Amino acid sequence: MTALISNPPAAPVQGCSERTVLRERGQREVFCGLTGIIWLHRKIQDAFFLIVGSRTCAHLMQSAAGVMIFAEPRFGTAIIEERDLAGLADANEELDRVVERLLERRPDIKLLFLVGSCPSEVIKLDLSRAAERLAQAHAPDVRVLNYSGSGIETTFTEGEDACLAALVPDLPQAEADATPSLLVVGALADVVEDQFARLFAQLGIDDVAFLPARKADAMPAVGPDTRFLLAQPFLTQTAQALARRGATHIPAPFPLGAEGTTAWLKAAADLFGIDAQRFETATAAPAARARKALARYREELAGKRVFFFPDSQLEVPLARFLNGELDMAPIEVGTPYLNKKIVGDDLAALPEDALVSEGQDVDRQLDRCHAARPDITVCGLGLANPLEVEGLTTKWSIELVFTPIQGYEQAGDLAELFARPLVRRTRLEV
Amino acid sequence: MQLTVWTYEGPPHVGAMRVATGMQDMHYVLHAPQGDTYADLLFTMIERRKERPPVTYTTFQARDLGADTAELFQTAAREAYERFAPQAMIVGASCTAELIQDDPGGLARALDLPVPTIPLELPSYSKKENWGAAETFYQIVRHLAGANAPEPDHEPPARDAQARWTCNLLGPTALGFRHRDDIIEVTRLLAEIGVDVNVVAPMGATPADIARLGEADFNVVLYPEIAHVTATWLKRTFRQPMTTVVPIGVGATREFIAEVGEITGIDVAPLLDDERSRLPWYSRSIDSTYLTGKRVFIFGDATHALATARAAEEEMGFKVVGLGTYSREFARDVRAAAKQYGVEALITDDYLDVEEAIMAVQPELVLGTQMERHIAKRLGIGCAVISAPVHVQDYPARYAPQMGFEGANVLFDTWVHPLVMGLEEHLLGMFRDDFEFNDEQGPSHHGHLAARAAIETPAANSNETGVVVAEPVVAADAATNEPGWTEDAEEELKKIPFFVRGKARRNTEKFAVEQGLATITLETLYDAKAHFGR
Ligand code: SF4
Repeated sequence: MTALISNPPAAPVQGCSERTVLRERGQREVFCGLTGIIWLHRKIQDAFFLIVGSRTCAHLMQSAAGVMIFAEPRFGTAIIEERDLAGLADANEELDRVVERLLERRPDIKLLFLVGSCPSEVIKLDLSRAAERLAQAHAPDVRVLNYSGSGIETTFTEGEDACLAALVPDLPQAEADATPSLLVVGALADVVEDQFARLFAQLGIDDVAFLPARKADAMPAVGPDTRFLLAQPFLTQTAQALARRGATHIPAPFPLGAEGTTAWLKAAADLFGIDAQRFETATAAPAARARKALARYREELAGKRVFFFPDSQLEVPLARFLNGELDMAPIEVGTPYLNKKIVGDDLAALPEDALVSEGQDVDRQLDRCHAARPDITVCGLGLANPLEVEGLTTKWSIELVFTPIQGYEQAGDLAELFARPLVRRTRLEV
Repeated sequence: MQLTVWTYEGPPHVGAMRVATGMQDMHYVLHAPQGDTYADLLFTMIERRKERPPVTYTTFQARDLGADTAELFQTAAREAYERFAPQAMIVGASCTAELIQDDPGGLARALDLPVPTIPLELPSYSKKENWGAAETFYQIVRHLAGANAPEPDHEPPARDAQARWTCNLLGPTALGFRHRDDIIEVTRLLAEIGVDVNVVAPMGATPADIARLGEADFNVVLYPEIAHVTATWLKRTFRQPMTTVVPIGVGATREFIAEVGEITGIDVAPLLDDERSRLPWYSRSIDSTYLTGKRVFIFGDATHALATARAAEEEMGFKVVGLGTYSREFARDVRAAAKQYGVEALITDDYLDVEEAIMAVQPELVLGTQMERHIAKRLGIGCAVISAPVHVQDYPARYAPQMGFEGANVLFDTWVHPLVMGLEEHLLGMFRDDFEFNDEQGPSHHGHLAARAAIETPAANSNETGVVVAEPVVAADAATNEPGWTEDAEEELKKIPFFVRGKARRNTEKFAVEQGLATITLETLYDAKAHFGR
């Protein structure tokens, strides 16, 4: 808790070389990694996510995914009960039984993820062995992998990181033909993925694949000739797993806004030796469209002060976008985890006076937020309404993860997400 | 292990949160990992509460395990006390912390905080939300009111005959279904009887208020799921009588008034004679004739399911074709009631079981929780919500109690709303070929197209439960001996309104099997209609 922090918020820790980062360790008000399943189970159309957890885990999924209750989801929770806690052998048998029934009911499932939770981790239920056992039992129809989305190990988007990292060792080996191929890593909305695929084709980068693929049997091959771009900033483990397969990371800012997208594409284009003329031809029109869309919102948003509570690790790239492309002023940029290797370019572009904080002590952070009275506060669902009551305008951070925001064509939509709460306040007369 | 997609109840510590969040000046220190903070959004987003729930989570991580999770808990508890200065605290563990066995109660006691600190033992792997709320409320009351308990053999002084009667309202919590408005309605009703409310708890009560629960003459149990245990203890300890009727529906409200009259000796006859609710007249009004025998499926917590079944049969003239609850603690009561309505009670917390049951009886109206609303929507059946768990739209801006006479008005309006109105129903039946009367058309007053297609094509997950309406035109199937439909019989069937078509098809097929017919003709269809009547 806060007592463990040797530095009061007023005196941030001096980072190794550049910017000072306030590191906090106290109450965190962030979802656990299980939440990633809410978008991953829609992204991979023939995968099922079986959480091995408690009623709390099931309730979290239901509460966070409340709006999606209409369609039968491709996730569920095997709820550990008292009698499972009595002996581990039982728990494994029970799990086999649950999986058996599930696969009978859902013959369309080709890829099953056993997802660990806090309770399964604490009782040391070995899900990797269970996955091996079940994979053998259900081969070749169903592949079975495992990862942990537990709250003691993963924060919100780290769940997707753990999922993709679990996929990597299972990816086919790319043939060693010495021509580099491009892999775009991180779940994107299908529409965004299609746009990027078209852009890369226009750039002349033909061999492009996306991880995760939409189907279990269409997962991309990877090997020493693979060059990968991260489409999401929270993929630390996945990047390491890909490196272990011999793939090379292409460092880049994240594709948010016109400039972010251009820089991201450029990083790949340079590596693939695409000449400047061709790059210009492919990107000029959509980049101009994006800039035009942003110009409208810049009038509304310029000079507005923004405060980020930590949530998805998208905070640093988002702050870069809001500051660099909309002239907004980030006061505090909170992130659950700061990986400078991955968000380094975005971090470097942040204004000096923006406080970057890593980790959380929610009550202290609320104190800072109250003191700063930002024009817009980006925060989780538990905090938003109470802050609105105090007269602070908020943007739910989870929407930034559930909405297509990357790429040129979404630049305006992304800006609009921040403009709308502010506009709404000015409209209401009561 | 139980495979679960959607749950009716959260874990027991969420029940404890509902109690703490309903109260004032109470703080809950919960030993739990970070993901468990999701529960805050139930209160701030679904119920639209203006403050964060008064809960401090320790949010321990893997690296803390085995090292200093206990110290983490103590730091969190101390800091929560310093920051929020509550009158009392409750401390406990979520499912994960229960496994690491840090003993939050003992750790908090060791801190020696200057306020009562009440330990909670909520077994996460066997109990659920409502049980957690009931247990938490009981522990709080036992600790805080128990301090003022008289000696067991103490004879209470005779009450001052001039003093107004007082009672406590027990059971309402945060995130309850219409608890907010029920409190107002029941308080008004009691005032008319001549009874003042001493304390409402847990909702709105401070720990100091809890301490004076014993001062009331009797207790009103609004929600037995949450308050029954506490009221029973108060009865034993303070000799406070408790009410047993939950005033949902006109009949139950009258019985409740009579019960309060019995406890207090107040003459309630004038109030009983006074027709307060519009429901009895609206139900007798001839336009309501079409409600007669509407087949209704009911599922919810025990209190609301039971009250709904009674009002549906006795006050709306519906026919209960299914009744169930997820409140296992009250399964016996629900079984008894179901027997009375000639149906078998469905006691389950698996929404797939409920879906299956609804598809099997093909009701015209479903009264349930948000889960049943989604099931009904998929099946194209009208639905109204009568019980938690509910979604944000079930916390209406307007005053909408379920209890008392105004509550009965709300029930009438809410349950009638999803139904196709009487004359409209006839016109639909008479002119099936009108292109604007197609099956995608919901009740006209809904103004949008309710998705009716779902009932014709089974949902992806319902194959094995066999939605009878979905079968294509088939000739007699020799292998299964199931009768086939001729084309003109099938055409005729389509002229029957969608909301009874499934039943008509099923009845006809049953009739054909009974008669040993291999093919269903136009003739068979009408023979079956005559056979079953309606
Ligand atoms: S934090 Fe742990 S126990 Fe809580 S919902 Fe997440 S995985 Fe389950």
